[in-house]
Amino acid sequence: MATTINEGTPVIPTGRSRRAKVADSGGRLAALLLSPTMLVLALVIGYPVLAGFRESLFTRGEGLDADGFVVEGERFVGLDNYAAIFSGDRATAFWNAFGNTTFFTVTTVFLETVIGVAMALIMQRAFRGRAFVRASILVPWAIPTAISGLLWRWIFQADGAANAVLGTDILWTADGPAAKTAVIIAEVWKTSPFIALLVLAGLQMIPREVYEAAQVDGAGALQRFWRITLPLVKPALLVAVLFRMLDVLRMFDLPAVLVGVNQKSVQTLTTISWFEASNLRYGSAAAYATVLFVYIAVISYLFVKLLGADIIGQAREVRKKPATKAGAKTVRKVAA
Amino acid sequence: MTAIPATGPSLSKRARGLLPYLGIAACALWCLAPFYWMVISAFRRPQDQFDNTVVPVRWSLENFTAVFSGGNAFGRALLNSLVVAGTTTLLTLLVGVVTAYALARLSFPFKNAVLGIIIATTMFPGVSQLVPLLKLFTGIGWINTYQAMVVPSLGFALPLSVWLLTTFFRQLPFELEQAAMVDGCTRGQAFRRIIVPLAAPGVFTTAIITFIAAWNEYLIALSMVNEKDMQTATVAISKFTGISGFDQPFGTQMAAGVIVTVPLVIVVLIFQRRIVAGLTAGGVK
Repeated sequence: MATTINEGTPVIPTGRSRRAKVADSGGRLAALLLSPTMLVLALVIGYPVLAGFRESLFTRGEGLDADGFVVEGERFVGLDNYAAIFSGDRATAFWNAFGNTTFFTVTTVFLETVIGVAMALIMQRAFRGRAFVRASILVPWAIPTAISGLLWRWIFQADGAANAVLGTDILWTADGPAAKTAVIIAEVWKTSPFIALLVLAGLQMIPREVYEAAQVDGAGALQRFWRITLPLVKPALLVAVLFRMLDVLRMFDLPAVLVGVNQKSVQTLTTISWFEASNLRYGSAAAYATVLFVYIAVISYLFVKLLGADIIGQAREVRKKPATKAGAKTVRKVAA
Repeated sequence: MTAIPATGPSLSKRARGLLPYLGIAACALWCLAPFYWMVISAFRRPQDQFDNTVVPVRWSLENFTAVFSGGNAFGRALLNSLVVAGTTTLLTLLVGVVTAYALARLSFPFKNAVLGIIIATTMFPGVSQLVPLLKLFTGIGWINTYQAMVVPSLGFALPLSVWLLTTFFRQLPFELEQAAMVDGCTRGQAFRRIIVPLAAPGVFTTAIITFIAAWNEYLIALSMVNEKDMQTATVAISKFTGISGFDQPFGTQMAAGVIVTVPLVIVVLIFQRRIVAGLTAGGVK
């Protein structure tokens, strides 16, 4: 009932036929209004995915001819590119990149979540400084990732600020485990504020009375956090974590600028694919990209299915509100 | 913090009252210290570059002049970034406003499926675009052009802005639109005269967030362009070469970083309430 009124058609609802007509014209108008976006997305995303998959089944004549020009021409090789990735001579490179990507995803998202939630709790408690923290929290977000990569490369110089503060002589930006740490620190710095913002928005939705009731019943601070805060911010947190995960899985800028492309310790699936493409090995570059695409799709599917992250939930939820507030009023008026 | 287990309940109480402020200080330090370091390093003299003093011993603008001089061509790079990010934002808004209006206002079958597709495309890894579009653009002679950077950027900017706009549009009082239509406006007129002015703040916020996302783009801009004159700012900074050859010119890069980020930071701080609303509503990026 409420949705019919919300259609926005200035008519007196007169039964089923009218409603069906409205929905139908709504559908046609919607199709018309949606088509430009869908067309653009099909061209700039749908086409590359399919063409990329096709490309991954081909290989280019890779040799140079006598004049030093790349020999053009493609050969169909079926799944050879994939076979080479998974078990051929480049298998170690792939599994290294795959492992790094997964490792970065798990570590950074975990740290971001812990730090982000802590920041949100602090911001919620602090009344006077909240505006200040919220302003400062937006600073890392506004800095381009490539620039923040440079900034951290500068901080992590051999005789830079990080070593001076820590009193160490670590070669952070050389290839090695320290480089992994540097990438993780830089990534967590830039993105944990983002999680803090989303969690803070979730926290502010929790009514105070719930906490007061729990306090009256004798729940300690820790108990209140585990039993009330965490379950109630879980929906907001899950969405934030999902988006962060998907963003880290395709990480490129930070390792590329902070340490360098094709450095074993920070090679990710995106950097290895980019490196292959920049060396004109399009077939294997496309194969890496396709593997990454499938990996991301599987992870997000599992995340949504297993943990029930409701990614379009906000859209659905907000829709109900005007329907109950304003819509119900209109309905009552019309009914009367 | 260390004062908590000290003597007396009054002191511990006062320490507890101080705790949130310590937390705030920690948050602010975490967020701002690296940024501060970039600004401070930019203002050092090149010969003091590797000093680790908290404030420069001698302040100097030498790094900033180096950004625009020599082989760096940074003015041109800034212009390129403005053109690419600006065009991307404009195009996505033109297309996105219409779609978001439909998603927020109309009810039609498969709406959740459409929302799902749009949100799914935001998860799309940028590198998947790389090879097919690189080949395509090479074929049609688009390498080293603005459109070669704008078109792929639509892939992440369009879903982002549609999503943000949809969440903003949902909060609009559409009863006003109905009232206008009762008064004789057509649907199009009601949209233009009633909804557009009311929606302007949301559109503006979306524009800022989309612009920042497009401005920050690196992977595509790095791959589609090999001429220095067409590089965007993020690519140009990462490719700065120093006077002394192999040394990375960190001072110059930090100065360029300041030039690129400080205007963004100022804009973000001015509109912080809106942007926070946009980020938390959209949940993307």
